[in-house]
Amino acid sequence: MDFANLISNYEEAVAMILFGIGFSNLLLQRNLIKKIIGFNIMDTSMYLFLALKGYIEGRKAPIVTDGIQNVEAYINPIPSGLVLTGIVVSVSVTALMLSLTIRLYRRYHTLDLDKITTQLKKEGL
Amino acid sequence: MALVQNFPFISIILSLAAGPVSSVLGAKKAKWLNLLVITVIGAMSAAVLAFVVGTGESYVYTMGHFPAPWGNEIRVGVLEALMALFFCVVMLLCMLGGSRERFLELEESKENLYYVLVNLLLSSLLALIYTNDLFTAYVFVEINTISACGLIMIKQNGRTIEAATRYMIMSLLGSGLFLLGICFLYDLTGHLLMSNIQEQVRAIKAAGTYHLPLLVCVCLMSVGLAIKSALYPFHAWLPDAYGYSTLSSAAILSSLVSKGYVFLLIKIFFRVIGFGIIDDSKVIDVLFAFGIAGMIMGSVDAIREDDVRRMIAYSSVAQIGYIYVGLGLGTTTGVIASLYHILSHAATKALLFVAVSGLTDASGDSTDFFDLTGAGYRNRLAGVAFTVGSFSMVGIPLFAGFISKYLFARAAIWSDSKMLVTLVALAVSTILNAVYFMKTVIRIYTPEHPAVLKKKKFRAVTVSDQPAKSAAMVCFIILNLILGLSSEPIVHLLERGMNMFA
Repeated sequence: MDFANLISNYEEAVAMILFGIGFSNLLLQRNLIKKIIGFNIMDTSMYLFLALKGYIEGRKAPIVTDGIQNVEAYINPIPSGLVLTGIVVSVSVTALMLSLTIRLYRRYHTLDLDKITTQLKKEGL
Repeated sequence: MALVQNFPFISIILSLAAGPVSSVLGAKKAKWLNLLVITVIGAMSAAVLAFVVGTGESYVYTMGHFPAPWGNEIRVGVLEALMALFFCVVMLLCMLGGSRERFLELEESKENLYYVLVNLLLSSLLALIYTNDLFTAYVFVEINTISACGLIMIKQNGRTIEAATRYMIMSLLGSGLFLLGICFLYDLTGHLLMSNIQEQVRAIKAAGTYHLPLLVCVCLMSVGLAIKSALYPFHAWLPDAYGYSTLSSAAILSSLVSKGYVFLLIKIFFRVIGFGIIDDSKVIDVLFAFGIAGMIMGSVDAIREDDVRRMIAYSSVAQIGYIYVGLGLGTTTGVIASLYHILSHAATKALLFVAVSGLTDASGDSTDFFDLTGAGYRNRLAGVAFTVGSFSMVGIPLFAGFISKYLFARAAIWSDSKMLVTLVALAVSTILNAVYFMKTVIRIYTPEHPAVLKKKKFRAVTVSDQPAKSAAMVCFIILNLILGLSSEPIVHLLERGMNMFA
């Protein structure tokens, strides 16, 4: 294993560790709110990764204010655009998940998905 | 550029716009708008299909006339147009068949919202079929998931909300992995348009570098989409979601939504990465193994189920397994078998859901297996429809399912290492299918004692009681017979489509 690459790309490594944390929280947590938090960590780590890929050391955001039109002066704008699109998607998904959670909580007075399933079986619906 | 070439874009925008408009209309008007939109899009897809069959090559539609590496693109060939047409037909029939259930099961003030969701679902399915841009595909995957989740939970009871939550969690895990795969691939190639990515992937492959990252990309995207399309063992959410949602939701979800993801995966394999690289990477062997497991285990679960609707839902797990086995064979004939199975399963599974609801209508709305005794006599058309659907699923000649099984077997013969496993699994799965479907067919044609009927207050249902549902069932039976009896031209179209697909 070559750890030199890992250290020189430590930002990407951090993004991937965050992805792992978010993914396992979304998968393994029983509490719905913690699941949603896990999902948000997972998505945010992806935005970090994309933003890192678009950034070029020493350059500025591609908004022309001082008349400089040279491409060399700016970073790659496409990943930033992807991050914005991704944020819109994850905001709407989070809103939907939260509304589902509220409905379940009002009916069953718990946030634990397994308990809700047990209660449903008792109801025999 | 001919006018007809604009139709794919117009059909996506049309259904996307019909969604918000439906939200301010009353339930009745929204319903008619929805039926109109689906019909118009179906007609436009047919026109596009005729056009691309005529020219014999696929064409690229650039959005806003920005040239290739920068702009967003739609790419249309025979395969895409055929899928769009077929999805519209199935969706129209599902909406028709479930209209009475929607009226009974949804809150009155929320019925128009159902059409918002269906319109959004249609537009996202069309976009998944047509798009040539990977990130656009991701965005529409999410729109698809959100509207599918809404379709499950709009019938408000504890079961459906729990099912929708579980569906959402699994889907989010899947789309998280899919997005990570796209980000890696963008990082490796620097492109988002599918054809440009493939060029760069070829260059990377030729240079012999980045072998491992490319493999990781393929794995992430395959696993992500496999989770979303409920490949065994990621199917835990499926029986509840299909079993308890309202009829047209269950029919649309099982026949169209999961197929949209499979179609996107096929597109990624052929157009983004290139099937040669996928074949070398052994990823498809893993999909093949899970597909085989799904074919057997889905049927075993279905046999153990006493609730008829959940039984049909479990049978979907087995059918998704078939589709992945076809992909996993690693040949174009295998993929054509998968594509044919997408069509035949969509036609058959939607028919089964509608027919079962016809049978349960004549059995006091109970979905219990034993309450259906003699239901084939109480609702004759639904009995016939269920029998046709069962025969098709089991793979009896004349019906759609037989042709797809035949295509799978024919594709398997060309594969040295996977031939035996595929053929044995096909045989075992066919027997297991026969066990639970024939069991149900015999049950619905076993006469029930009149005294029991009187006690349970079951009453007969005639065609004139449910004109829309009966019409949907007749159309589905005809669709099944078309797929079963004149498969030659359709397979030919799929082959032509595959040739211009990559």
